[in-house]
Amino acid sequence: MLDIIQQTWSWWFSGALIAAIMFMLLFFGQSFGFSANLRTICSAAGCGKSVKFFDFNWKSQIWNLVFLIGAIFGGFIANQFLSDGNPIAISESTISDLSKLGIAAPTSAQPPELFSLNAVLSLKGFLVLAIGGLLVGFGSRYGGGCTSGHAISGLSDLQLPSLIAVIGFFIGGLAMTFLIMPLIF
Amino acid sequence: MKFIKFLVLGTLFGIVMAKSEAMSWYRIQEMFRFQAFHMYGIIGVAVVLGVIGVALIKKYNIRDFHGNPIKFHPKEKSIVRYLAGGIIFGLGWALSGACPGPMVVNIGYGFFTMAIVFFFAIVGTYLYGYFKDKLPH
Repeated sequence: MLDIIQQTWSWWFSGALIAAIMFMLLFFGQSFGFSANLRTICSAAGCGKSVKFFDFNWKSQIWNLVFLIGAIFGGFIANQFLSDGNPIAISESTISDLSKLGIAAPTSAQPPELFSLNAVLSLKGFLVLAIGGLLVGFGSRYGGGCTSGHAISGLSDLQLPSLIAVIGFFIGGLAMTFLIMPLIF
Repeated sequence: MKFIKFLVLGTLFGIVMAKSEAMSWYRIQEMFRFQAFHMYGIIGVAVVLGVIGVALIKKYNIRDFHGNPIKFHPKEKSIVRYLAGGIIFGLGWALSGACPGPMVVNIGYGFFTMAIVFFFAIVGTYLYGYFKDKLPH
């Protein structure tokens, strides 16, 4: 039993659990949208005094911050108790493509070429992570949501804006993967 | 105490992101290169079940546990903001290999440098709020 849990969870089981989480949030009177937390954090930090966008009752969003704390805790539990320590089994063709960018085959969940302390202590390594985060944060609020809010919640409700946003996610993702990353790595 | 259910759901979310490997930069690259079904399977199953469930909630006017009807709020009509915002998001998603949820899951998992990505995602959100009125929506 434990070894099944410790392996990579199948796509259908993981997808079903994500849908279950969305429905539980609806049942508890809320909705699934993680990036709203970024706005809440700005508001809680006092940004509402100078920028109107952050001037709202952020305390009504505490439930989502608690969800965020849970997500951190979940990552900790997964690593400490539910991991078999095997590297991520990505496809051979991805391994081959990434090696051309100077990124070796996986030995853990994240590439040390990007996320090791050594990598982020170089200017380029730091900028890659900083700009990546900046784009995600800016884009998610400009586009009105992230993967959870648009790709899961919005598409489930057959919202056209969410479909447009998801198409945007892919235009941006493909441009970064095939046009920009070969230039920067 | 009323928040404990959200702590439990968040924890489950974090475990699913980690154990499905959706939190991994490698998996996001594999997805954008169309070299495996895994990520499409995860999102696809979630959306198919989501569509069915939302339709049932609407058809039978299912209520939440407070007894209030479960309402869905249609997003305001626009193309520019969703497309432009989506593209900017996608650029960052492919580069950092993480959307906002998996960022914090990674921090909990022990990839502490992901805190840099998360911090700058907050900065990015602040910049959007600052320039909001100057952007086409």
